[in-house]
Amino acid sequence: MTTLTDPPKESFRLSMLLNDTRYRSLTFQAVAAIALALAIWYLGNNLIQNLRAAGLNISYSFLGDSAGYDINQRLIEYDSQSSHARAALVGLLNTLLVAFLACITATVFGVIAGVLRLSNNWIVSKLMAVYVEIFRNIPVLIWIIIIFTIMTAVMPGPREFRGDTPTASMALDLFAFTNRGVYTPMPFFENGLFGSATLNWVLVLLVAVGSWYATRAVNTRATNTQAETGVRPNTLWTNLAIWLVPFIALMFIMGLAWEVPELKGFNFKGGIKIGGPLIALWFALSIYTGAFIAENVRAGIQAVSKGQTEAASALGLRPNKVMNLVILPQALRVIIPPLISQYLNITKNSSLAIAVGYADITATLGGITLNQTGRAIECVLLLMLFYLTASLLISMAMNVYNASVKLEER
Amino acid sequence: MADQDKNSIAFVSTEVIPESPPPARETGVVKWMRENLFSSVSNGVLTVLALLLIYGALSSTLPWIMNGLWTTSSLAECREILAGKSGACFSVLTERWHQLIYGFKYPSEEYWRPNLTLLLMLVAIAPVLFFDLPRKLLIFTGLFPFIAFWLIWGGTILAPLVALVGFVAAGAFFQRFGRSSFAVGFFGAIVIALVVWSIGGSLIPDGASDNAMLPAVPSRDLGGFMLNMMLGLTCVSLSVPLGIALALGRQSNMPLIKGICVVFIEFVRGVPLITLLFVASVMLSYFFPPDATVDLFLRVVIMITLFSSAYIAEVVRGGLAALPKGQYEAADSLGLDYPQAMRLIILPQALKISIPGIVNVAVGLFKDTTLVSVISMFDLVGMIRGPVLASTEWNGVYWELFGFAALLFFVVCYGISQYSQWLERKLHKGH
Repeated sequence: MTTLTDPPKESFRLSMLLNDTRYRSLTFQAVAAIALALAIWYLGNNLIQNLRAAGLNISYSFLGDSAGYDINQRLIEYDSQSSHARAALVGLLNTLLVAFLACITATVFGVIAGVLRLSNNWIVSKLMAVYVEIFRNIPVLIWIIIIFTIMTAVMPGPREFRGDTPTASMALDLFAFTNRGVYTPMPFFENGLFGSATLNWVLVLLVAVGSWYATRAVNTRATNTQAETGVRPNTLWTNLAIWLVPFIALMFIMGLAWEVPELKGFNFKGGIKIGGPLIALWFALSIYTGAFIAENVRAGIQAVSKGQTEAASALGLRPNKVMNLVILPQALRVIIPPLISQYLNITKNSSLAIAVGYADITATLGGITLNQTGRAIECVLLLMLFYLTASLLISMAMNVYNASVKLEER
Repeated sequence: MADQDKNSIAFVSTEVIPESPPPARETGVVKWMRENLFSSVSNGVLTVLALLLIYGALSSTLPWIMNGLWTTSSLAECREILAGKSGACFSVLTERWHQLIYGFKYPSEEYWRPNLTLLLMLVAIAPVLFFDLPRKLLIFTGLFPFIAFWLIWGGTILAPLVALVGFVAAGAFFQRFGRSSFAVGFFGAIVIALVVWSIGGSLIPDGASDNAMLPAVPSRDLGGFMLNMMLGLTCVSLSVPLGIALALGRQSNMPLIKGICVVFIEFVRGVPLITLLFVASVMLSYFFPPDATVDLFLRVVIMITLFSSAYIAEVVRGGLAALPKGQYEAADSLGLDYPQAMRLIILPQALKISIPGIVNVAVGLFKDTTLVSVISMFDLVGMIRGPVLASTEWNGVYWELFGFAALLFFVVCYGISQYSQWLERKLHKGH
């Protein structure tokens, strides 16, 4: 005889909080929330007590005070009377400058080394392997210091350029390589259309952007013509004219001239000065990151299966078309994401500028300003905020790219 | 037909033609060179350029190294002996060897302690690296941190003993209760450890370190390459478990825990290590209780560990994501709960995939330990830039010192990456 029993009554027991999957995640999250709140309360409480004991408060008003220190390498006007905020801005621009320069050269080094490492020339590929291994396995800080030391120890000082029989001389009478940096001629406009030099350069930039759009339109039309008639019209001369004619005309109207650096007193004056620290940092970051990029490039090219090359050849494509139309588009999809994260690394590693005295944002805001004002918390927070913003922007760019090259699968 | 055969047979040669040697250009060195060095004009040009480069590098460095002096007492003396010849002044390495390795304040009569620790470290690390060694050795690996702490810092032996007892008690509790419910075992073990430590800590008398068997050495006296090694080893071993936990947290379907992990990981990966070291040196002390003095070494270890754990978490997440979904489902269908599934099925496979990435992070971390020289800790780079290059005897010996530092880091980092490749091949159960 069977009896029908009711399903067991749902009654809540305390052990269900841990053992029942329905409640367990709530338990854990509650525990985590409490722990987090406790931790924040504890740290915040300590912070308040410590600040009170030290007689400090969190305030950003120090940013408006006069900084009182000089910065050698700067992209915008700055003197020691300027505010701390201005100094931070100078540092920020310097960070962006060195990161931008290093990204370009690191890519060049990396692509060359990566491609050469796959070369069927034994000695060249081994040489590139040695380059990659040496630079990847030694800290970038040591590279920065070594290159900076070489620059200051090996290059001639400005003093050696003077006298009747100078031991050093300017290359082509235009460039001076000294232990304080490299001096190059600076272009300027003798009769610019606007009063300020910046506006004149903006005009040049606008003209360049205009030319770029014009060439793009020409290329689109060429592609359309090719689609209709099968013959692509030659656009080389049109494009060249679109780029050069307005540019040269503008330069002519505004009177382009060069300011050549000259030895005056104990140092060179005039021209553009690229300081030793900037060069050391730029070169060290490029050659160090270049080794990593070389590995990415190699991996990317190797990731394209051999069948792709063979299939393209079977279709009758010539070797350069095989490379341009088949291999590279597929390899780039593999190469670009790690490449962008290397750019991110360059931006972050540029903070090592402080070791060679390049005035990037870590050295101005996180170094001198912090030490002068004693505003440790504010300075470090601002510093982190800047780097976070920069890296979030770069990863956003990466996500946009990834979405655009995503394989459309069935 | 037969007739034809008979006729044709007359034309078949009866003896085998002797093998003639292959053409000279198709054998041996010549063939190899032709194929690998001079297969085309551009390749030939590249080869010549590469050879010139190698010749240039060797012809300038080899005499410099060969003429190197090892026994002088200052750079001026070196220059006097060399008399204008190219030659290195390696004597800075022999004369300042102890400073470069141990820092300039570690008491010289105690150098045997770091040396012994290094030896024990090799023993302790061996069973972790090589799975074929007897598993019993892992017991020593577990004991090593406490022995190492006692050896390097000296002072009372009670402190590491209490720490050890706390861990043993927690482990025993987990063994007992962790089987039935992971959560009870885990949180219980933490509580037990905290209780043991607080009781044990209050039992240690105040002046225990004064007349200890090994004289106490404060953290600020540590330096040189030893500091790099200590930071590297400590932070790697602490950040691997933390990184795995973060990766699991990021995969979790509990929104709060996932959110905490995501914010932490993305924040840490977005800022350079140097800002975190600034936090350690100038900011972190604001967050400790007013009367507590946490020494710089510990603060730096905390920040570097947090830093690298975020990177390891991303590597492990990659490994977890690479596992086919079937593995998770198989674990569920076997009736395993979450901790069991992770421990027995998911993590062993995911970690195997992540090994190269984790080793990369470890190598990067070890290289990054040089950054502590920026916050005026005297690690190898800090020693070179500070006390050694600033001294009157050795002011100007750049190449030898930085070359030495580069060589040390290269040997260690290259060794680690070679190990990782060996392990990858070994773990690869190819089909």
